[in-house]
Amino acid sequence: MSFTAPVLNYAQLAPMLIILGGAIIGVLIEAFAPRASRHTSQLFITVASLVTSFAALMQVRTQSSADAAMGSVAFDGAGVLLQASILIIALLSVFLIADQENFTAMPAAVPGSHEERESLQLDLRVTEVYPLTLFAVAGMLLFPVSTDLITLFVALEVLSLPLYLMAGLSRRRRLMSQESALKYFLLGAFSSAFFLFGAAYLYGYSGSITFTGIQASVVGGSGNDVFLLLGIAFISVGLLFKVGAVPFHAWSPDVYQGAPTAITGFMAAATKVAAFGAILRIFYVAFANAEWQWKPALVLIAIITMVFGSVVAITQRDVKRMLAYSSIAHAGFLLAGVIALSKSGLDATIFYLFAYGIATVGAFGVVTLVRDSSGEVTDLNRWSGLGKRSPLVASVFAFFLLAFAGIPLTSGFIGKFSIFSSAYESGSTWILISGVLSSAIAAFFYIRVIVLMFFKDPVEDGTSVVIPSALTTITIAVSTAITVILGVFPAPLINFIESTAFFIR
Amino acid sequence: MNALTSMMLLPLLGSLLVAVIPSDQVLRIKQAALGTTVLVAISGVMAWFKFDSENTSFQFVQIAQWIPSFGINYAVGVDGLALVLILMSVLLAPIVVLAGWNESEGGRWSAKVFYILILVLETMMIGVFAATDVFLFYVFFEAMLIPVYFLIGGYGSGERAAAAVKFLLYSLFGGLLMLASIIGLYVISGTHGGHTFDIGQLSEMHKYMSSTTQNLLFLGFFIAFAIKAPVWPLHTWLPDAAASATPGTSVLLLGVLDKVGTFGMIRFCLALFPDASKTFTPVIMVLAVISILYGAFLAIGARDIKRLIAYTSISHFGFITMGIFAMTTQGHSGATLYMFNHGFSTAALFLVAGWMISRRGSSTIADFGGLQRVTPVMAWSFFIAGMSSLALPGLSSFVSEFLVLVGTYTRYPVAAIIATFGIVLAALYILIPVQKALHGPTTPGNENLRDLNLREKIAIGPVIAVIIALGFYPAPLLNVINPASAHVLEVQGFTDPVPSESAGK
Repeated sequence: MSFTAPVLNYAQLAPMLIILGGAIIGVLIEAFAPRASRHTSQLFITVASLVTSFAALMQVRTQSSADAAMGSVAFDGAGVLLQASILIIALLSVFLIADQENFTAMPAAVPGSHEERESLQLDLRVTEVYPLTLFAVAGMLLFPVSTDLITLFVALEVLSLPLYLMAGLSRRRRLMSQESALKYFLLGAFSSAFFLFGAAYLYGYSGSITFTGIQASVVGGSGNDVFLLLGIAFISVGLLFKVGAVPFHAWSPDVYQGAPTAITGFMAAATKVAAFGAILRIFYVAFANAEWQWKPALVLIAIITMVFGSVVAITQRDVKRMLAYSSIAHAGFLLAGVIALSKSGLDATIFYLFAYGIATVGAFGVVTLVRDSSGEVTDLNRWSGLGKRSPLVASVFAFFLLAFAGIPLTSGFIGKFSIFSSAYESGSTWILISGVLSSAIAAFFYIRVIVLMFFKDPVEDGTSVVIPSALTTITIAVSTAITVILGVFPAPLINFIESTAFFIR
Repeated sequence: MNALTSMMLLPLLGSLLVAVIPSDQVLRIKQAALGTTVLVAISGVMAWFKFDSENTSFQFVQIAQWIPSFGINYAVGVDGLALVLILMSVLLAPIVVLAGWNESEGGRWSAKVFYILILVLETMMIGVFAATDVFLFYVFFEAMLIPVYFLIGGYGSGERAAAAVKFLLYSLFGGLLMLASIIGLYVISGTHGGHTFDIGQLSEMHKYMSSTTQNLLFLGFFIAFAIKAPVWPLHTWLPDAAASATPGTSVLLLGVLDKVGTFGMIRFCLALFPDASKTFTPVIMVLAVISILYGAFLAIGARDIKRLIAYTSISHFGFITMGIFAMTTQGHSGATLYMFNHGFSTAALFLVAGWMISRRGSSTIADFGGLQRVTPVMAWSFFIAGMSSLALPGLSSFVSEFLVLVGTYTRYPVAAIIATFGIVLAALYILIPVQKALHGPTTPGNENLRDLNLREKIAIGPVIAVIIALGFYPAPLLNVINPASAHVLEVQGFTDPVPSESAGK
């Protein structure tokens, strides 16, 4: 038996390899560079890797190949679009992360301990977050282009493990942050187990771990359908956990609240793009012909997710928890695009992911600005009268909320329209009706926050809006601009997605 | 440049101008806003003279691609119906600015924000009537809620925030139902000749729908418009909003925005779903008659002068809805003329009421008494406005109310007869407050009220002139309205009933 060297298409893998390289350099900096210089060099390396990776991706954007890495990675239009979205969102999030106020001085120190006090006195800064971010980004880039279950699982773990750590890095309320990290880790581990279980069933069903192999078995119809059904069900549990669909959402409010806000923004936006990218590929490529096995269940999950997210968000008193439930509702809307199982559904989902991701990063960027002497203020009651204190910040946040609510002239409206119309076009009337109704419910809590900010008088308790750092300003400004532009002139991006987005089989 | 597009651009440019004037130069800001609205009004009148009333197709048409992949165009154009409503809107805008010269002072924000909101709203008011692309219409329909929301919540009085939220939530709910119907239409058009939102092409689509589909889509549109109009039982937001908003905002809200509802019934409900319109006509007639009587009874019982005007409007909108769904040319012409007249008589009522309230410091009718002796000009203005509201012969509303009743009687005699009681009640709800507030001895607290100043006289003068002039000579308007009404009915195959008497002999 001879060993064949793997054939890799390096040009197409370059975006991921660059990020991984940057992450490793980041680790070396942590190990060898003096503490004082770490923050600057880490930030530089991170931004440089993201930008280079994006440039490398643009170099090969017109290529496509089903076999970028021995049949485990595909490179196609949809993949390029998803990877580009992830990179842009990651770059904007890194600008938020660079505002180090939000991170603990020494993650390893026990909360309340002597070490913690000492590290705070020394004004240490946690810089490990940069290589962790890059590792997560690498996993996210691989996630939507994996074409076999093993690679998909590896990507899932590569993106998840750094996120578990990053969730625990909050500077204030550290116990809560660590609790959320542990919760995220434990539930994530559970869902990974489900995922593997499903992969095993699918292998048993088709004798193959590649998407095309599974698809061939589905078309051939020779396998045991029970295994297929179980396989799809368990794999879906693992993937739906990542996007926070009901009933696999329980982690997300706690983690969104506990994690440092910049990380929450990154997690909410980029993870969603990556995970939905993977969901799209596996359902559109591997399971497309087994539509009747999964569609009814997924329709039900989508409806429950949108309704549950919208209804529960109404009662939230914390802005980060509210955004968490809102993101659950949005996961439901996004599932509508998966269920559509059509070209227009694919286009709509990719557009929605990008538009939603950008608005989410921007919204969390605004959340980092509202602080009092002990850190960020996320209690909604204390946001009252924000419009009086700093009209600009409140207006920008209100604008993002209107985009989430899908008001015309924001990107959210175009996204909502295209995703619902694609779902209805493929016959899902109930998705359309429940989507519209839950949008109406969701509008209620978005508007409540606007009322709070603009129509209530400020409470005098030291809550104020800090002057944002230059990088945070860039993130918020760019997100706002993109949200406006995609609302008013979406045609160029829609045309681009329409002509580019496809899955190679 | 296209007349409609330039009319929409003017207020936007005006709002930019207002935005660059420093906030402390309040007078300059007001002058800029007034100048802009006067310019728009002049261009509106010029468009009126250029309009060819014999030509029943859309005029001043401009079509440009907006989102080609969804078949969405920026398409504007007017027929007689839309032109009349645009003319009403642009004439009311400068009057509102002039009459409410000091309205912005009690607000949460500066005068600058107030006038920017008013001007942006004016652009959208023109756009919503001018759009001939259903998607574009929807964008204006929803987007115009946001400036109104801030106008009520930011500059109103009393429970302004709650009223603003109620208004917005009601409207968003209706809007989302309409969005579902629009998506339905879009999908149907996709399978019959390609995706489009062109109102002309969409009005062919009813041929391809099952009656259930058509009924459901009709309801999506109709409920949205019935909330807007408002028709009983979807009216409950209106009294709160009108009572809390500033008089100027109320004029725009009741005079213009609510007309979008009745305009939409003609333009969209009847034109897109003729069969469903026929199916639902009996129900809608009942609702319209209930609105007429219910609004009138509530108005009789109202203690607050602004609420009284709001309730009278509910009654008037009942007449308009009845005229529309009678499906006769007289009913339609009457309804359209009614919309125009109602705009002016409500404007007169609200503006004079606003001055009375700001002078007396109370909006309770019982607090006023004998104003005729103290402030004769103000009292007479209110009197004429009130007479117009109860449709006194010789004033403009009489012509339209008469046409509506005649047009309804030829097809639905019972509804018309019951609705006639509305006229009797109208005499009560207008004459009781007129007697209490204007006549009789001057009650304590009213002795030292000032009469109208020159600015206020200039503002109310044209309104009263229009009310009287159109009462004697409505021909200029009817010449434009009649061909348009006949055309709307003819296209969808509605015919006037043959007079029954000649048939019997």
